[in-house]
Amino acid sequence: MNQADFKRLSLILLFMPFALWILLLIILPHIGMGVLALREKVGPRVYEFGFGNFIDFAMEPIYWNILFRTGSMSLLVTALALIAGFPIAYYIAKIAGRRSRGALFLVCLIPLWVSDLIRAFGWILLLRETGVVSSTLLWLGLVDAPVEMLYNDITVVIGLVYTVILFMIVPLVSTLDGMDNAMIEAGYNLGGNGWTVLRRIIVPYAMPGIISGCIIVFMLTAGSYLTPILLGGKNSSWFTETIYEQFITRYNWESGAAFGFLLLAFTSFVVWLGLKLSGQTLAGTVARN
Amino acid sequence: MRIGTLAGALLAATMLTAATAAQAETLRLLTWGSYAPEEVIKMFEEKYPDIDVEVTFSNNEEMIAKLRATGGAGFDLAQPSHDRVYAAQLEYDIYKPLDLSKIDTSVMQEKLLDGVKANTTIDGKVYSVPHQWGTSGLMADKSKAPDVSGWGDLCDPAYKGKTSMRLKRTILLGTAFSMGENPFEAYSDLDRYQKILDKVVDKLITCKDNIKAYWKGGDDLSALMLSGEVVASETWDSTAYKLYGENPNIVFVPPKTGALAWIDTFTLPRKGKADDAAYKWINFVLQPEIVKLMSASTGAIAAIKGGKDLMPEEKKAAINAAFTDADIANLQFFANIPPGVEDMEGKALEKIKAATGG
Repeated sequence: MNQADFKRLSLILLFMPFALWILLLIILPHIGMGVLALREKVGPRVYEFGFGNFIDFAMEPIYWNILFRTGSMSLLVTALALIAGFPIAYYIAKIAGRRSRGALFLVCLIPLWVSDLIRAFGWILLLRETGVVSSTLLWLGLVDAPVEMLYNDITVVIGLVYTVILFMIVPLVSTLDGMDNAMIEAGYNLGGNGWTVLRRIIVPYAMPGIISGCIIVFMLTAGSYLTPILLGGKNSSWFTETIYEQFITRYNWESGAAFGFLLLAFTSFVVWLGLKLSGQTLAGTVARN
Repeated sequence: MRIGTLAGALLAATMLTAATAAQAETLRLLTWGSYAPEEVIKMFEEKYPDIDVEVTFSNNEEMIAKLRATGGAGFDLAQPSHDRVYAAQLEYDIYKPLDLSKIDTSVMQEKLLDGVKANTTIDGKVYSVPHQWGTSGLMADKSKAPDVSGWGDLCDPAYKGKTSMRLKRTILLGTAFSMGENPFEAYSDLDRYQKILDKVVDKLITCKDNIKAYWKGGDDLSALMLSGEVVASETWDSTAYKLYGENPNIVFVPPKTGALAWIDTFTLPRKGKADDAAYKWINFVLQPEIVKLMSASTGAIAAIKGGKDLMPEEKKAAINAAFTDADIANLQFFANIPPGVEDMEGKALEKIKAATGG
């Protein structure tokens, strides 16, 4: 075996796990779902090819409602995660000393060591009517009666921001880290105040990080299941819940699969729109990190 | 050399596992949480040392989804409720008929056995026999909500923001009964059933204002009731009995239109591989001394003669506090779900959840 063959073989072997993963766990299941989604049920054990499942979705305002609700709340979560995450990322990348940086990163990471489920239960313990926050307020005399802070949309948003904020911080830190401090100093030397420096120098430089953070956070939020289900109230439907209902409660795998594709198409469209509006490309943001 | 030894050892180990696997049979149960207590499994494996028991906990919907995904393979014994066998079998062909000669049906309570048989016979073949039964109804904290007696009372403005329910088909059926309809009779005429459902949806949407939150599981509901955040709720009887042990003010209330009764069955998945072991398990868990352990764990009543007497003492007290004989005579057994009804009910539930009125 000569050198070139050997190189090619090792490349193929190195590539193999990734290729198998993509093929067996991503592409094949999606093909299966696609076939399911295009199958219409006409009777027990009788199916026909057609777009009926998608038409059913289009004709039912409830589903549109839930999809847009999920989309708009995910955008809100993304915006809040950016607003809360940017100062933290900036502090870690630019202000904190070399030694405290590792510690700060670790502090951000620790909540991820427990599962989503446990974190959601943590919020439930804190926010319920007989929970920690409510009874503390009562004890301090700030309120007269117990307050219910669970089971509404605000709680869902808080819980989601908490779950995903790390995925905003990491790309931001890595982008801001590459920024030369001299650029900021130059901005001040040329007479800019803090706001101008932030707006004209730091944010444009961090744009790829901001966009990639936003894409990841938006996708995670729109596709999340546990947090909205556990913290949400009687009016909070989330689109993933509808998909679960179709598959499990209604035995309607066909429309469940169609809904899955619709969610994928919808989130992809929102991401595409965001990239267009901010003038970034996918290769220049997510792929860069 | 060392690699050779290692390979040899591995080979020997594989052969050994293969040899033991050929002897020991595995019984894969697909059942409800707490329907296979550790203790019972241990006793079963002691009696039949060549059978290993593997348990997967699930619920009605997931059982069907799991078996549908594999065409009935992967499990040897399933325990769906009696109303969930017929349509699932017709639609997805996931079960196989029972050989009743291998089951000691003489110990079972005749009314329940006949009921389950009638519900699950297809082409003259019986698919299920009963295991345990229980009811769905209401639960109320008597000290705070003394007047709760019917499904409609969950929407009573006196308890505004302090009631709960699970957004599943039980509450749709209960509400229909409380409005003077009989949804089970309407199953044969789906147009009529849709009309009933529309009325129920309207009622439950206006009722939303009164509800604190929809509960999703037994733990969820227990926390709401015990903390006093909710004073009346739709519930499974077993959950209510458990809470009665912690707070005797919390009792199960059979609604005046009748508590809805379910029977969990034994049913064989179509591609199960250990039928004999499954039959052994069925006969084993219906013995009185095992029933005692089982009922203590599940809170449900075994479908055998004298099953109620085999309940643990504290649960018996809870049942007696809840049910009179008239209540038992008034039970409404869930009727078979014909194909198509699940979809109608699913749509109704979605409408209620998505509605923002309230």
